[in-house]
Amino acid sequence: MEIVGKSVPRKESLDKVTGAATYTADRIEPSILHARLAVSPYAHARIVSLDASAAQNAPGVLAVLTGDASEVLVGEEIRDRPILARDRVRYYGEPVAVVVAETEAQAQWAANLVQVQYEPLPVVNSPAEALHPDAPILHERLKEYEKSEDVVSVPGTNIASIVHVIKGDIERGLAECEKIVENTVSFGPSDHAAMETRSAVVQIMPDGRVFIDTSSQAPFAVKKYMARYFGLEPGRVIVRTLFVGGAYGGKSSVQLEPIVYLASRAVGGRKVKLVNTREQDITTSPVRIGLQAKVKLGSTHDGKIKAVQIVYHFDGGAYNDKSSAIALSAASDCTGPYSVENLHCECLTVYTNHVFPAAFRGFGHTEMTFAIERGIDALADELGMDPWELRMRNAIVPGDTTPTRNMLNSSNLGDLRTCLERMRELSGWEDWKVQQLNDHTVRAKGIACFWKNSSFASNAVSGVILLFNQDGSVNLETGVVELGTGSKTVLAQMVAERLRMSVDRVHVKFKVNTLDTPEHWETVASRSTFFAGRAALKAADDASKQLIAIAATVLRADPDDLELGDEKVFVRADPRVQIPYKDICYGYRYPNGNSIGGQIIGRGHFIQRWMSPLDPATGEGQLGPEWNVGAQAVEIEMDTRDYSYRIVKAISVNDAGKVLNPKGAFGQVMGAMAMGLSYASHEGFDYTDEGILLNTTLRTYSVLRYGENPEYIVEFIESPCLDAPFGARSLGEYGLISIPAALASAVSRAAGVRMNVLPLFPETIWRAKDGGSV
Amino acid sequence: MKLRLNVNGEIRSADVRPAELLLDVLRENLGLTGVKPGCRHGDCGACTVTVDGLPMKSCLMLAVEAADKTVETIEGLQDSPVQRAFVEKFAFQCGYCTPGFIMNSHALAHLHPKADKATVREWLQSNICRCTSYEEIQEAVEAVLSSGQPTSRMMN
Ligand code: FES
Ligand code: FES
Repeated sequence: MEIVGKSVPRKESLDKVTGAATYTADRIEPSILHARLAVSPYAHARIVSLDASAAQNAPGVLAVLTGDASEVLVGEEIRDRPILARDRVRYYGEPVAVVVAETEAQAQWAANLVQVQYEPLPVVNSPAEALHPDAPILHERLKEYEKSEDVVSVPGTNIASIVHVIKGDIERGLAECEKIVENTVSFGPSDHAAMETRSAVVQIMPDGRVFIDTSSQAPFAVKKYMARYFGLEPGRVIVRTLFVGGAYGGKSSVQLEPIVYLASRAVGGRKVKLVNTREQDITTSPVRIGLQAKVKLGSTHDGKIKAVQIVYHFDGGAYNDKSSAIALSAASDCTGPYSVENLHCECLTVYTNHVFPAAFRGFGHTEMTFAIERGIDALADELGMDPWELRMRNAIVPGDTTPTRNMLNSSNLGDLRTCLERMRELSGWEDWKVQQLNDHTVRAKGIACFWKNSSFASNAVSGVILLFNQDGSVNLETGVVELGTGSKTVLAQMVAERLRMSVDRVHVKFKVNTLDTPEHWETVASRSTFFAGRAALKAADDASKQLIAIAATVLRADPDDLELGDEKVFVRADPRVQIPYKDICYGYRYPNGNSIGGQIIGRGHFIQRWMSPLDPATGEGQLGPEWNVGAQAVEIEMDTRDYSYRIVKAISVNDAGKVLNPKGAFGQVMGAMAMGLSYASHEGFDYTDEGILLNTTLRTYSVLRYGENPEYIVEFIESPCLDAPFGARSLGEYGLISIPAALASAVSRAAGVRMNVLPLFPETIWRAKDGGSV
Repeated sequence: MKLRLNVNGEIRSADVRPAELLLDVLRENLGLTGVKPGCRHGDCGACTVTVDGLPMKSCLMLAVEAADKTVETIEGLQDSPVQRAFVEKFAFQCGYCTPGFIMNSHALAHLHPKADKATVREWLQSNICRCTSYEEIQEAVEAVLSSGQPTSRMMN
C-alpha cells in the first residue's frame, strides 16, 4: 500500500494555521440577532414567579421567552426535559429564559433583568442521595414520559433506568471462589471543556424550512430530533456544520438548537445566534457522567477470576437525555477485557440535581474501567500477586464470550495478551514495586487494561459520494464532521489508495450539510474510519467500475483486462494501452466530437450487520461489531510528605488493527492520554451541599497545561479486524479509557492507600491516608 | 465612537462602543475570525494576537487601547516558520487553539529566538490545547527556535 499507512498531514492543515478555518460562531452577519440565556442560580427550586417585563423593555430587545413558550419535552432516551424550565428548575445553570436582541451585549444586559422568584427545594447531590428512601423525587411524571423501547424506569423513585447484565450463575461462581474482594469507587461529573464553546444559529424560512448551523458532532441527529420534537418534516430541517473546535462526545447532544429554534420562531423566523459563554458551556450544557460503583470479584488462590458482581449508580443528572444509554454501554462491557463466566451487573441511572450528561470519550467505558480496574488491583493486593500477572492470567481471548454473550474471535476482539507483553517491556514492569528515591520521594507505577465495543443504533447508516472533476481529481463527500480527529484525511487516503491516485487529488468537503451530504449517523464512538471508511471504499469501487466500463469501450478492450494505476486505466498485459481519468471521468469525446458517458459519481453506503439492542433484563444483544483493547501504564514520583506527585511517564499499547496514518494515530492516542491524565489528576466539579457549582471558569476548572505533560510512549500492535477497512480498529477514544485507573493504581501504590475516587488531588490522598474519609 | 486600528499592516476603521474588547472588534467589526474566543477572561489564550510585537490576549484589552499600536492577528501571518512547523509536527487537531498558540509562539520566536525549555514553558502555559498532548506543540516550537529562521513574512 502506498498511501494508507503514511503520515499524510491533515487536509485542512493550512486552513487551521492561517485562521481561515471557520467554526459555527465565526458566522458573522450584520442582520443576525443574538440570544442570551438567563439561567437558574439554584440546583433545585420551584419557580414562584417570573417577571420578564424589564428585560422586554430593555434596549434592543426583540423577544424574551420563558418556559411557557413551548410545552415540548425533549430528550433522547426519555423525553423529560423542558426546553426552558417550566415551574421548576432541576440544576444549577438550567436555562430559564432566552432573550433575543440586536446585539449580544444587549441580549446579555436584558437576560440579567429577567426577574425570577424561586423557592428552594431539597437537593439531590449524588446517586446515593437520589436512592435514599426519603429523597425528593425529581420527576414525578416519570411514568408518563415518552421513552425509548429499551428504557426501563422505576416511577415513584429517582431511577431513570435499570439494566441487568447477567451471565452464568453468580451464586455458584461466588461459592467456588477462594478469595473475594469488594471495592467501591466514586467520582462526580466533570467537563469536556472543548476550546470552542457550543453555539447554534437558527433561521426559519417563509416556507417553513428550518436552517440550523450548529457546532455539533451529530448534525443528522439534530435533524432527526428537531423534526421529532417540533413535528417538522425531516427534509425541511437543514442542518449545517463547519469545523468543530473539539467535542470529545460533548457536542453529540441536542441542547441549544431547540432553544434557538424557539427564539427564531418568536421573531418571525429571523436568524438568531446563540454562543455559549464559557461559564454556561460548563454549567448549562451537558457534561461527563459521574458514577458510584461497587465491584465484587472472586477468584481462586492462583488468581483465576470466577465471579464478578457489580452495582453501578450512574449520576444521570437532572434530565436523562443520553445518560441511560451511556450507562447501558458501560454495563455491556462491565467486566473489562477479562474472561468471566459468572456475572451479575445491576446498572442504575438515577436523577440528581446535577447538570445532565453527554457522551464523553469512551461512552461510559472510562467510568466502568475505573471501577473494574480498581477492583482488579484490590484483588491482586489481597492475593499478593503481581497486578500485571493477574491481568495476563484473566485476559480475554478468542473463544470467550462477552458479558452480552457474544462469541469472540480474533477479528472482533483485539489481542490483549500481546499488548500486555509489550507493556511489560516498555514500562520496565519487573520493577513494579515502589522504589524509594530519597527519604521523601518514591517512584511508583500503575497499570490498567481497557476494552470497548462501540454502541450505536443498530440501523446507523453511513454514506459517501465521490464526484469526479474534469481534471480527473475527485471530491469526497461524507457526513463525518471534522472534529479534529483527522478522519476526513484518513478517508481521502483510503479513496486515493483504492482509486490509485495521489491523495492530493482527493478533495475533501469539510462542511456537512444535511441537505446534500450523505448521512453519517453521528461522528462519535470512533466510528468514522470504520463506517464511513467502508462506505468510501464502496464508493471508490463503484467509481472504478464506471471508469473501467467507459475505458473498455474507448480502448476496445474487455473490462476484465483493465486495471487502475496512476490516475489512468490501462491494459494489464500491455500498460502502454492506457487512458487517463481526466479523459473519461466527464464522458469521453471522440476526435470527431461524438461523446459518450458523463460525469462519474461513485456512491457507497454501509450498515453494520446483525446489530441488536440489549435486552434490559439480561443484557443479551449486540451493540457494536468489535471489541478493541489495549494496556496502559503510568509512572509517577510522589513526595510522601504532602502527597504531591509528578507524572513522569504515560504509556499506551493499543491494538490498532492497522495504522492508517501513523502521526495522526499517535496524536489521537497521546491527546486522549493527556485528557485522561488531566481529568484523573485535576478535573472535577466542585459542588456545594446545595448543588451549586463553584468552578465554572477555566481558571477554577483547571485542565492540563503546556509543560505539565509527562513523557508519552505509544505503541501499536496490528491484529486486523476483518470487517474494518484495511483491518483498522478505531483509536479515537481508546487512549483515554484506562488512564485514570492506571494513574490511581500508581498513586495508591506510592501513597500506600487504595485510592478509589477522582480527581486525585494531593489533598484527597492525604485525607484518605491520614485524615479519615473524604 | 470611531476607532482607527493598525491591523496586519492595514489601517482599518471601526465604529465601536468604548467598552468593547479588542477580541470582539477584530472579529465582529473587522471579520478577523481567526481570533478565537475561548473564555473571555484571559484563561485560555485562544484569542492571542500580538500588539506591538508582544503577545496579548485580545479579550483582556479594550479595542480603544489598541488605537496607536500595531496589531497582528493570525490572518497577518503567511507561510511563517511557526505555521509550517505546526503543520509538519501535527501540532493541532481541532485547530481552535491554534491561532492563539501560533501567535504566542511567533512572538516568542521573535523576542527570544534562543529561548530555553523553561522560557518556552512559561510562555506557552498561558494557552490551553484540549486535543493534543502538548508534545506536538513543543516539537513544533522547538523546531522553529533551533532552526534560527527568521520568523515572519508578512502578507503586505
Ligand atoms: S478568550 Fe481570551 S484568554 Fe480565553
Ligand atoms: S487542537 Fe483542539 S484545542 Fe488545540
